[in-house]
Amino acid sequence: MGKTIAEKILSTKSGRDVKANDIVVAELDFIMGQDGTSPLAIQAFQEMQARRVFDPARIAMVIDHSAPSPLEGVSELHRQMRSFAGEQGICFYDIGDGVCHQLLPEQGHVVPGDLVIGADSHTCTYGAINVFSTGVGSTDLAAGLISGKLWFKVPETFKFVLNGQLPAGVYSKDLILHLIGDLTADGATYMAAEYAGEAISGLSVEARFTISNMAIEMGAKAGLMEADQKTLDWVKEHSTKSFTPVKADADAVYARVKEYDVSRLEPQVARPHTVDNVAPIGEVAGTPIQQGVIGTCTNGRMEDLRIAASILKGRKVKSRLIVAPSSRQVMLQATREGLIEIFLESGAAVVTPGCGPCVGTHNGVPSDGENVISTANRNFKGRMGNNRAFIYLGSPATVAASVIRGEISDPREYLR
Amino acid sequence: MDLKGQVHKFGDDVNTDYIISGRHKFKTLDMKELAKYVMEDLDPEFYSKVKAGDFIVAGSNFGCGSSREQAPLAIINANISAVVAKSFARIFYRNCINTGLPLIECDTEQIDEGDELEVDLQKGVLYNRSKGIEIAITPLPDVMLKILSDGGLVEHFKKYGTFNFD
Repeated sequence: MGKTIAEKILSTKSGRDVKANDIVVAELDFIMGQDGTSPLAIQAFQEMQARRVFDPARIAMVIDHSAPSPLEGVSELHRQMRSFAGEQGICFYDIGDGVCHQLLPEQGHVVPGDLVIGADSHTCTYGAINVFSTGVGSTDLAAGLISGKLWFKVPETFKFVLNGQLPAGVYSKDLILHLIGDLTADGATYMAAEYAGEAISGLSVEARFTISNMAIEMGAKAGLMEADQKTLDWVKEHSTKSFTPVKADADAVYARVKEYDVSRLEPQVARPHTVDNVAPIGEVAGTPIQQGVIGTCTNGRMEDLRIAASILKGRKVKSRLIVAPSSRQVMLQATREGLIEIFLESGAAVVTPGCGPCVGTHNGVPSDGENVISTANRNFKGRMGNNRAFIYLGSPATVAASVIRGEISDPREYLR
Repeated sequence: MDLKGQVHKFGDDVNTDYIISGRHKFKTLDMKELAKYVMEDLDPEFYSKVKAGDFIVAGSNFGCGSSREQAPLAIINANISAVVAKSFARIFYRNCINTGLPLIECDTEQIDEGDELEVDLQKGVLYNRSKGIEIAITPLPDVMLKILSDGGLVEHFKKYGTFNFD
């Protein structure tokens, strides 16, 4: 009987021939913690009476969620992370370096076929480059830091066959919002998602990250894709590690298979206060917007900034706009290409590379009753720091078009 | 272990942002302090209403979203004895077992706000005393029972130094 990508990676890493629903203890290739989760993990590490991490070269800690620190309490937690990373000799990314989920692939830490955990729910992002990566909590992170291992239930797999090519003005963000709207917030709970089909092949690797990033929003444990030539080229450009890509067998057993034709998809928007409350742009166009956000681990990459800048070029924003590039490298490249100038000229505030205002810690908390449109992955009530604000989610193009008019707008009107 | 208390009822898809908001959790590791804000965005009065031993009862997909372990820790420190739901999100489920917050997976249709519950974890039965009914609980996987019986993942690692399920 054939195997899915998840079954193959977990078989290799556990040294056993496993299938869905087996429980394994598997060897980890890389481990990550961010500033919302690492301090508790460091505390658990100490309570577990450990002294050294299993392998400092296979661990990264990233300060991105609350960076630079807006409060003295946060500063103290950051200090604990710097001190722990320094003592243990682990790879450390400080304020301004970027979002963890941009940095791990960009800096070459994770490669196809790897098994990776991160103490952040959007760790599933690296599935786009054929990595079985999944989010865990702080105590699991501590156990990983000590042993280099974690226990897993081998997930069943939900296969998405995505046929056709996305029309102009419709992006990978629209596609994943559409899938989440269709399946709901628990449509793939406990499962690995496998995304396949010509719509995926047609996307750049950067656009694919957006799709894998949001697998967790339908409850999935991983958001996997096979490695094609685009993946191999991208990974070789970013990493010197050797790797073995993993393909699903033709006779792999799937818990569910669902086909979609994406060729007539329209721009999609998730309405307050859940990610699965999705509507085509026509149903929400005209909704007044006070603040726009372009960035985050979902949509803060070069391609995203280029799309947004192409719409904002020579125009002024009516709503406030906050742009948070996903990493220092991205911000440097965007500066070289003149994109940062376009954003600043349009009236945007460009903030430190990192999570930006996504999680309500800093960088743009909305006021009571305000509507925000963001390229982030969550619009829960209170997510951006005010539970009396309303958050809509869309593609970078949709956000750019909406802040120009001061209301939710169809980006295709700017592409004619 | 017998758990007894009153029900605080919530709906489906209660995410970890609602359990403890990002605007609080980045500030401190003081879980007693964080507990004051538990469920704040769904019910600002929640913390003041809870009596020691009470239950959070919800629909499906409880604990979805962010991986923050502050969510189960804030619930424990608000003196909630257990969370009862139709289903749980994966990361939250693991975090609860690791930190020692009992999870009870069962049908919650016949449990309402204010009901008096009693749970016998050994027998795997939940009694709704207000309605005079018994509800069967889905048992935990063996790996999780092992971690729970060791007193959580920290204690498991103190004992073995690594994962040991043999």
